[in-house]
Amino acid sequence: MRVNITVNGEARQVDDVWPGESLLYVLRERLGLPGSKNACEQGECGSCTVYMDGTPVCACLVAAGQAEGREVRTVEGLASGDTLDRVQQAFVDAGAVQCGFCTPGLVVAAHDLLTRTPQPSDPEIREALAGNLCRCTGYEKILDAVRMAARS
Amino acid sequence: MEFLRPVSLGEALEMKAARPEAVPIAGGTDVMVELNFDHRRPAALLDLTRVAELAEWSRDDSVVTFGAALPYTRLINELGTDLPGLAIASRTVGSPQIRNRGTVGGNLGAASPAGDTHPVLLASDAVVEVASARGTRSIPASEFYLGVKRNALEPDELITSIRLPKATGPQQFAKVGTRNAMVIAVCSFAISLHPNESRAGAAIGSAAPTPRRVRQAEDFLTEVLDWESPQALPDSAKRRFGELVASAAEPIDDVRGSAAYRKHALAVLARRALGWAWDAYREGERSCA
Repeated sequence: MRVNITVNGEARQVDDVWPGESLLYVLRERLGLPGSKNACEQGECGSCTVYMDGTPVCACLVAAGQAEGREVRTVEGLASGDTLDRVQQAFVDAGAVQCGFCTPGLVVAAHDLLTRTPQPSDPEIREALAGNLCRCTGYEKILDAVRMAARS
Repeated sequence: MEFLRPVSLGEALEMKAARPEAVPIAGGTDVMVELNFDHRRPAALLDLTRVAELAEWSRDDSVVTFGAALPYTRLINELGTDLPGLAIASRTVGSPQIRNRGTVGGNLGAASPAGDTHPVLLASDAVVEVASARGTRSIPASEFYLGVKRNALEPDELITSIRLPKATGPQQFAKVGTRNAMVIAVCSFAISLHPNESRAGAAIGSAAPTPRRVRQAEDFLTEVLDWESPQALPDSAKRRFGELVASAAEPIDDVRGSAAYRKHALAVLARRALGWAWDAYREGERSCA
């Protein structure tokens, strides 16, 4: 099956897609975009979070064919050249990264939160990140990073 | 595996008629998990995300009808005022990412006894609209759930929309789980007050082979609630209601909780939710007077 997706602003055509495979597999294995991470494959961990038509989704739960004609923005598409997005920069500055596996999903989820709610309360931050698991940091530095990004 | 991409409801129904074994997929929050884990290899997937009418809604003075593939996030934002109970339950589904994709149609299609929206649909007299190339049917939610993960759909049918009366009184939903997000209900409870009919609907989830209405407990409320001049409910009445709700459950022991715990927790949820809903009703009556 052939699938056409706009990924990070670029029209991409992918051939020989198995109809049961996920958007995550297409991004990582067929388009060479390993930023979105493959962990739970059941929507529990949020590490594969990407924008699809502007809405954050778990790429592991989107069938490749469902992404046909859609616009996908991955963590690779957040920075402008060498300049990190403010959420990425805040994660670096706050030390919100340990092993780093959950980071891309958290960055996309936090990016979406700040787009919708520029000055979120702590409960709003917690709610927005409820679908992203981190097993290293205990979340405190991550919350610091989101607060920092909101101020920047 | 084939990937079928209808762009209209008519086309989707023709495809389902020709390929009844095709598995409908909308948000993918159940179907993709089964594919990712190799638990299921359907001959075809029927993608419903391009069928615009399945994600639309409409309302008149008394009834809201929304498409089976309307994601929870939109339901909460766009219909939460008219359908407060369903909005409360929808907010407990998964995470923001899951609610951006998951749908009530998917909840009904999967027919898991633990599906979050089922108790609200039962308590609020929802009707499930289904269609096939042969025609359409309206199935009351109370007749839709047939067994564990079994529903009243025929193989060539698709769930098209859900129809509910607009709330005419307070509605509540409560669920027990290990945290506030990403939780499959250990047990759940919904209550909808219907002041116009001087009655309340109530239902339980994740505590029997199917979600189910708790009719004895509903009848008890008809006896004890004074809708004309609502008084504070004595604790004894709330407790009795909780006991009747728990007695309607037939839970099992599983990894999420024991049967005994589920019964106990249901009694607590029902007692509290009744208190919240009835207090809100009394408050509303007072401010109207």
